[in-house]
Amino acid sequence: MVVKSARIKSIGAAQNPFLSTAMFTPAALYILLLVAGPFLLAIFYAFSDARIGSTELHYVGLENFRSIWQSPSFRVAVRNSCIFTICSQIVVVICANILAITLEQSFRGRGLVRFLILLPWVAPISLGAIGWKWILDSIYSVITWVLVALHFYKPFSAPMWLGEPHLAIASVLLVHSWRLLPFSTVILLAGRTAIPKDIPEAAAVDGAGFWRTQLQIVIPMMRPIISVAVLFGLIFTFTDMTVVYILTAGGPFDSTQTLPSLAFALGIQGSDLAAGAAISLFLVPLLVLLAYFMLRLAHRTEVT
Amino acid sequence: MKMKLSRRLFTRVIHASVLTVFAVLLAFPFYWMVITSFKQNVDLYTMENNPFLFNAKPTLDHLKFLFTETKFVRWLGNTTFVGVVVVAITLVLAIPAAYALARLAGRWGERLGIAIFLTYLVPPTLLFIPLSRVIAFLGLQDSLWALILVYPTFTVPFSIWLLMGFFKSIPRELEDAAMVDGLTRFGAFLKLVIPISSSGILTVVIFAFTLVTQEFVYALTFISSESNQMIGTGIPIFLVRGDVYYWGALMAACLIASLPIAFFYNLFLDRFIAGFTVGAVK
Repeated sequence: MVVKSARIKSIGAAQNPFLSTAMFTPAALYILLLVAGPFLLAIFYAFSDARIGSTELHYVGLENFRSIWQSPSFRVAVRNSCIFTICSQIVVVICANILAITLEQSFRGRGLVRFLILLPWVAPISLGAIGWKWILDSIYSVITWVLVALHFYKPFSAPMWLGEPHLAIASVLLVHSWRLLPFSTVILLAGRTAIPKDIPEAAAVDGAGFWRTQLQIVIPMMRPIISVAVLFGLIFTFTDMTVVYILTAGGPFDSTQTLPSLAFALGIQGSDLAAGAAISLFLVPLLVLLAYFMLRLAHRTEVT
Repeated sequence: MKMKLSRRLFTRVIHASVLTVFAVLLAFPFYWMVITSFKQNVDLYTMENNPFLFNAKPTLDHLKFLFTETKFVRWLGNTTFVGVVVVAITLVLAIPAAYALARLAGRWGERLGIAIFLTYLVPPTLLFIPLSRVIAFLGLQDSLWALILVYPTFTVPFSIWLLMGFFKSIPRELEDAAMVDGLTRFGAFLKLVIPISSSGILTVVIFAFTLVTQEFVYALTFISSESNQMIGTGIPIFLVRGDVYYWGALMAACLIASLPIAFFYNLFLDRFIAGFTVGAVK
C-alpha cells in the first residue's frame, strides 16, 4: 500500500517507500495485535461458551445472544445506556453553548474561572465520581442537609439519592453531564474564536439583537464544530462504565446497569466471558454509526 | 446614554452570574473534597452539623492516615512508573509513524491517518474482556506490566494523530535543505524534525501521561492486589474497608491525586482540543 503511494505524486525527491514503511510498521503492528486482535477475539468469544478458569471452548452459535436478549437486566442496560447518552448530550449541548458565550469575552480572572470549569474533565473521572458519591451519600449528603434545612424534607425522611432506581438514574445522568460539559465547552469555544469577528459585528450593525445574532448566525455557522462535540460526547458517555461502577455498581437491583457495566459484571465478576463479550459487542453498531458521521463531517469540511 | 449604561450593567451582571453558577456547580465536588479532607470525624458524621462550616477544629488526621496507614504513596508511585514507561513506548511508536504518515506516504498517509484516528474510538469497554484472556495467557495478571502493555492502545493512536498535525506544519524546504547539506532523510528526521517539534512532543507526553492516570477499566480488570493499584482504582476501591468509607482520607486522596493532573492537562488542553477538531474549525 505504502509502496504504491510513491508513484501517485511525489513532491521533490522526498518519497521513500522503504523508510516510511519501516517507520510506520511498529505502530501498525502494535495496533493490529492489541486492538484489532482482541476485537476479533471478542467476536469469537461471543459465539462460544468461554468462561474464566475453563480452558475448553465450544462453538454455541447465537446461544449467548439469545439468552442475553431474554434477560431483563440486559433490556434495562440498553435503556439506561440510551438514556444516559442522549439526555446527557442534550443537557451538555445547551449548557456548553451558554458557557462558551460567556467564556468568549475576556474578563479579569478568566484563567481561574476556566480552570474551575474544566476540573470535571481534566481530573480523573473515578476520583470525581467518588466525590459525587460522598455528596450523594445516603446519610451525610450535603444536598439532603440543605433540603432539610430549607424544610423541604423532615430529617431522616429525605430520599436516598443512590438508593432508589429513579433517583439513581438521575444521579448518574447528572454526573455524566457534569463530566462532559467542560469538554464540549472548550470545543465550542475553539469554534467561536474561529468565526471571523466582522460577521457578528455586521449583523449587530444591521440591527440584529444579541440573541438573534447568536441563534441565526453564529450557532448555524458552528454546526460542524457542535457536531464534533456531540459525536465525541456520545461516544465517551456510551462506552463509559466508570461513573456507574463507582456511583452505584449498577444497583439498586441492576436498575442503573449500562451495557459496559453489565458486560463487566457478567464477564469479569461473573466469570462468563462469552456473555460479557456478547454484551459489549452491542456497543459496536452505534460506534460504527458515529464513526461514519465523523468521517462524513471530516470529508465535508475538507471539501469546502 | 443613561439607558445604555444601565443596559450594559445589566448584561455584565447576567454574564457574571451565569459564570458563577456554572463555576460553582462544576467545581463544587472539588471544593467539597477540600472541606471534607480537613474535618474531624465527629464533625463529618453528626447529621445536625452544618456541613459547610467547621464545627470542630480542622484536623490533619485524615492526611496522616492516608500517608501512613494506607498504600496511597505506593499507588502514586505505581501510577508514575506506568505513566513514564507508557509515555516512552508511545513516543517510540508514535513519532516515527506520525512522521511517515505526514511526510512520506503521500495520499495514503491521509487515509491511514484517519484509520489510526478511528482506532482511538474503539473503547476499553469493548476490549477488556478479550484482553483479560490475553493478559492471563501472558501470565501478567495483577502486574503493572499488563497495564504497560495495554495502555498504548489508547495513547498511540491519538498521539500519532496529534503529531501528524505538528509534522505537517514544518515546511518541507527545511528538510530539503538539510538533505542537500548531506543528511539522509532519516538523519534529517532525527536531527532536524524532532528538535523543531519538541513542543508537539511535549504535548504528547503530557497527554499520554494524563490519560494513563485517568484510566479505570483496564486497571480494574487486570489488577487485583492492593499494592499494585493505580490511583484511579486504589482510591475508590481500597480506601473502603468492607462497608466503611473513610470519607476524610478518601476526599484528601482524590484532591491530592487530581489537582496536579488537572493542572497539567489544563495547560495543554487547547492543543488536545485542536486534535479533536482538526478540519471542523475553519
